[in-house]
Amino acid sequence: MVWKISDETAYDTLGEEVRLTINGVPIRAPQDQSLLVTARQNGFEIPTLCYHRDLPSEGHCRLCVVEIGEYPRTQIVNSCTYPTQAGLVVQTHSETVLQARRLVLELLLARTPKAKLIQEMAAAHGVYESRFKTDDPEELCILCGLCVRTCREVVGVSAISMKGRTPDKQVATPFMEKSPACIGCGSCAFVCPTNVIPYTEKDGVRTIWGRDFELQACNVCGNYIAPKYQLEHWAKLTGDPVETFFVCRDCR
Amino acid sequence: MDLPRLETILSRYEGEPWDLIPVLQDIQDSYSYLPKDELQVVSERLNVPLTQIYSVATFFKMFSLIPKGKHQIKVCTGTTCHLKGSHRVAESLSHRLGVEVGYTTKDMQFSLDTVGCLGSCAQAPVMMVDDKYYGRTTVDKVPKILKLYK
Repeated sequence: MVWKISDETAYDTLGEEVRLTINGVPIRAPQDQSLLVTARQNGFEIPTLCYHRDLPSEGHCRLCVVEIGEYPRTQIVNSCTYPTQAGLVVQTHSETVLQARRLVLELLLARTPKAKLIQEMAAAHGVYESRFKTDDPEELCILCGLCVRTCREVVGVSAISMKGRTPDKQVATPFMEKSPACIGCGSCAFVCPTNVIPYTEKDGVRTIWGRDFELQACNVCGNYIAPKYQLEHWAKLTGDPVETFFVCRDCR
Repeated sequence: MDLPRLETILSRYEGEPWDLIPVLQDIQDSYSYLPKDELQVVSERLNVPLTQIYSVATFFKMFSLIPKGKHQIKVCTGTTCHLKGSHRVAESLSHRLGVEVGYTTKDMQFSLDTVGCLGSCAQAPVMMVDDKYYGRTTVDKVPKILKLYK
């Protein structure tokens, strides 16, 4: 969209380009787009853990915090859920923001001391140890909810969800049983930033969330394509007969 | 599964996804817990994934997935009640009923829980049996209160 100051109609519709400043740099961006996207599009790097461009932002990790407003009335908000508005003054790397991010990383480090990604991210921000108590030294899940959102929004089956509330919150299938909705696609394990979702594949059987899924072999080359349930799910989505998917991508 | 009973509850609502919490509250009141099969039906009727129902049901303390007793005892552990010794009241109840906090007696008569705040700090320590408040409770008063419900 081209910004036309002389044209009166430029202000008419929503989602129109607005002007704001990020780190003192004047910027134009579409209104109501998240601040995180606006900042990244303009080259301001903001660290995130729970953000994914294909998923709705839910603001779980709090790493993407930025400072908005002008001193002394500034406010810390998470940029992934805050809309771009005209006249906003945004700081992505002010001392307050960095301090907030370090605190978040310290808390995450206390929750998952062995998670590689968290250790690296924390080190990049100068956090090497946490002053908070670790409940479970083997814990790897950071509760970012990427798996839950992927399953719900991208796969479209919603087989897993958050269970309980902190400090006992965890990702689980309903009633902690084998979920009948699960199609064994493994998207949750794929998207997990800390690789905590147990997922094994052996002799044509994939095991995930306590359920065994029989894998379909390609009719041509014999390599395993995907679980039968997943192919049936595809068939249901596209309306094609399930046999259409029994040939792998390489053989098509 | 008691389908007519569930239908009665569901018929009070329009069957929209945002009716979930009121429906769950009614089921909790009627059944004293949230039975799995009923939740399955609720999921289909309100068009809410079972995963989300499970999330909601485990998030709020007012919902329980295991059957609760006939009488529900709540002991306040808010700041004031805590300072006034509510943990001793809870302990005493626990001994007298023979259950740990968070559990239900074998005869399904009493469920014992601690809650954040009952909003009656002036009468600390407070406990609640069903809908009735008992203020300034002491360990001495516990057997008398329990007697009313036995």
